[in-house]
Amino acid sequence: MTRKQRRLGVVVLGLAMLGVAAALVLTALEDSIVFFYSPTDLVTREVPQDRRLRIGGLVETGSVRRDADGVTVTFSVTDTANAVPVSYRGVLPDLFREGQGIVAEGRFEPGGPFRADEVLAKHDETYMPPEVADALRKAGMWKGPAER
Amino acid sequence: MIPEIGQFALILALFVALVQGTVPLIGAAQRRAGWMALAGTAAQVQFLLVITAFACLMHAYVVSDFSVANVAQNSHTLKPLLYKISGVWGNHEGSMVLWVSILALFGLAVALFGGNLPPTLRARVLAIQGLIGAAFLAFILFTSNPFLRLDPAPLEGQGLNPILQDPGLAFHPPFLYLGYVGFSMAFSFAVAALIEGRVDAAWARWVRPWTLAAWCALTVGIALGSWWAYYELGWGGWWFWDPVENASFIPWLVGTALLHSAIVVEKRDALKSWTVLLAILAFSMSLLGTFLVRSGVLTSVHTFATDPARGVFILGLLVTVIGGSLTLYAVRAPALRGGGLFAPVSREGALVLNNLLLTTGAAVVLLGTLYPLILDAVGGGKVSVGAPFFNATFVPLMLPVLLACTVGAMLSWKRADLGGVLERLKFVFLAALLVTAATAWLAGIGEVFAAFGLGIAAWLVLGSALELGNRIALFRVPFAESLRRAAGLPRAAWGMAIAHGAVGILVAGVTASSAWRSEEIWLMRPGDAVTVADYSLRFEGVESVRGPNYAAERGTFTVTRGGERVTTLASEKRRYPAERSDTTEAGILSTVGGDLYAVLGDRAPDGAWSTRLYFNPLVGWIWAGAILMAVGGVVSLTDRRYRVGAPRRAAARAAEAAPDTAGA
Repeated sequence: MTRKQRRLGVVVLGLAMLGVAAALVLTALEDSIVFFYSPTDLVTREVPQDRRLRIGGLVETGSVRRDADGVTVTFSVTDTANAVPVSYRGVLPDLFREGQGIVAEGRFEPGGPFRADEVLAKHDETYMPPEVADALRKAGMWKGPAER
Repeated sequence: MIPEIGQFALILALFVALVQGTVPLIGAAQRRAGWMALAGTAAQVQFLLVITAFACLMHAYVVSDFSVANVAQNSHTLKPLLYKISGVWGNHEGSMVLWVSILALFGLAVALFGGNLPPTLRARVLAIQGLIGAAFLAFILFTSNPFLRLDPAPLEGQGLNPILQDPGLAFHPPFLYLGYVGFSMAFSFAVAALIEGRVDAAWARWVRPWTLAAWCALTVGIALGSWWAYYELGWGGWWFWDPVENASFIPWLVGTALLHSAIVVEKRDALKSWTVLLAILAFSMSLLGTFLVRSGVLTSVHTFATDPARGVFILGLLVTVIGGSLTLYAVRAPALRGGGLFAPVSREGALVLNNLLLTTGAAVVLLGTLYPLILDAVGGGKVSVGAPFFNATFVPLMLPVLLACTVGAMLSWKRADLGGVLERLKFVFLAALLVTAATAWLAGIGEVFAAFGLGIAAWLVLGSALELGNRIALFRVPFAESLRRAAGLPRAAWGMAIAHGAVGILVAGVTASSAWRSEEIWLMRPGDAVTVADYSLRFEGVESVRGPNYAAERGTFTVTRGGERVTTLASEKRRYPAERSDTTEAGILSTVGGDLYAVLGDRAPDGAWSTRLYFNPLVGWIWAGAILMAVGGVVSLTDRRYRVGAPRRAAARAAEAAPDTAGA
């Protein structure tokens, strides 16, 4: 093989690799990215069924209840304009409080509440997840540090 | 007084860095020995100044000087001394001071130990280091001054986020930064080589130890971070594909590729411009990682409260460094004489494959990390890209790397006999196949991916063992002779075998802990017992305890196995009054076979407690594998050929040759 052919071989191999990677990325993006919805989005936009999604907002004050089984917690997530009921089975993060900004990931039960399998509250109690801050700003309520 | 000394030292360091970044460059272009020699002196002075500033900041933390805003915001008198010290880098400003301190340390190392470098290369490397230092010092002084005073000084500080008050995390940032900043050495060497217009085996021999050292530190840093997340966050997971985790993982992947391609430059004088490009990319990705973490553009568990001015500054720096170095690369790289003519089936061919896959993997992780940003910027909505994406893209790209690793390590340079190597590997292959089949049989055919994972782990571990066994002719010559050969084997060969075997251990840990993790949530009353894996846990109840700077509720579990008492696990919910924050401490029983992991949850109204109990099989192998990889790197670093012989001879040659190539 000449030098040129060998170099071509490496280039072709590299391009093939990129092609495989691109194909993997495209199919994975189709299936596995998770869209974020604010409680208002859930009312005003069509929500895809059978897909994981993230919802975020403030935990509505007075909405946190524990089910009879002791490990399932239900609460409402609000952006002050709309609220959505969420149910979560498990141990809540340390910084989960009423009035705190949280992000919940999971899916809607047919006809039921949003069933979260992951609830994220941020490490820093003054920190507001950007999506939540954005959602609140859209609902006209948030005038926090993100607007500086 | 002392904080002002620190501030003044930083300002002086900026000026020294500016001198270090300009004068030696001009000196190297005009062959002025005095100007070039200035670089070494400047690097030493810069180190003294930066380390003075760092010491001043640390002093302010240790004595709890709350007139310094940074200390008041991040420390507290009741905090244990270790966390007062680690508090120095547990915040944005302080961590940037740590960044430049490590940068200055590397500069000092070149100044002190770079005596065998050709003078122009040494001057240019130090100048580039100086420029990077100047940029970061300016960043600190203009946007993130750690020595800002408060008047009046508060009586008490606000404390450090309790989740950061942890021994694992105390050392996580320094190691991570040693890695990030260590890649600046490879970067400076690459840019200096582009200016010089020459890359040769001797150049690679200087770059490799720096890259290897940075890579080892980064490996340890990432492992510490992952271990911390595992036991501190209480979720039982060890890697979340969080943007900030990815930000450290991308430079690691590129650095791993660089490590391997530098070998080809050294041994075969080929792949030069590719290696230079990787060196630029590794540091660019480190800077990008710093930007992602520091600017707060990504939602992440790590994000500090942020300031837009900082983001803009780092973005500007990023554009300048990456844009500038890639432009220089585009102009100068064609001048690097390629030596590359090699057969596809050879050690260097295998290393090219490794490089292509690792960089593609890095690109995929980068894309997944930045995709939410890009989509949001073009108005496509807010999304998150999580573990399913990376599992579906990154993992398939790494499988061929792992499969080829064992074969590639046994191929010879130039032209290899693939059939012969496969023949020697046939028992390893059969053993790996046996592990796969046995796993599939024991765990059920549904776990086919996990079975393959364990098979690959066996392939890597046994392949590395066979490679070592072959090199010391184990069982073919008397044992004493094998030992003698083992002692005489180059340390780099040992390092490679250890690191590759360690990857196998890591793969086994990742596979088993992902596939067979059991997680259950229980509502337990004192006296209740449940079974997890083959352990039985009895909940003993909850008591209140006090720590140095927190109050906690501690739930205890008595663990028995087959009727025999094994240990007592305690999980705490801690409340830190100074920081007004809570954390959860998991109770963990670590064994070689896996970890029993208990988390105390919330109290139900009737006095019962929710608990989350996990069994994570082989999870400890993940960190053991990662640390062993770093050990392999360190063993390789002690190879004596980095210290004697060739570099010096080549240096003399390069010095003779330099005048006529520099103009090219």
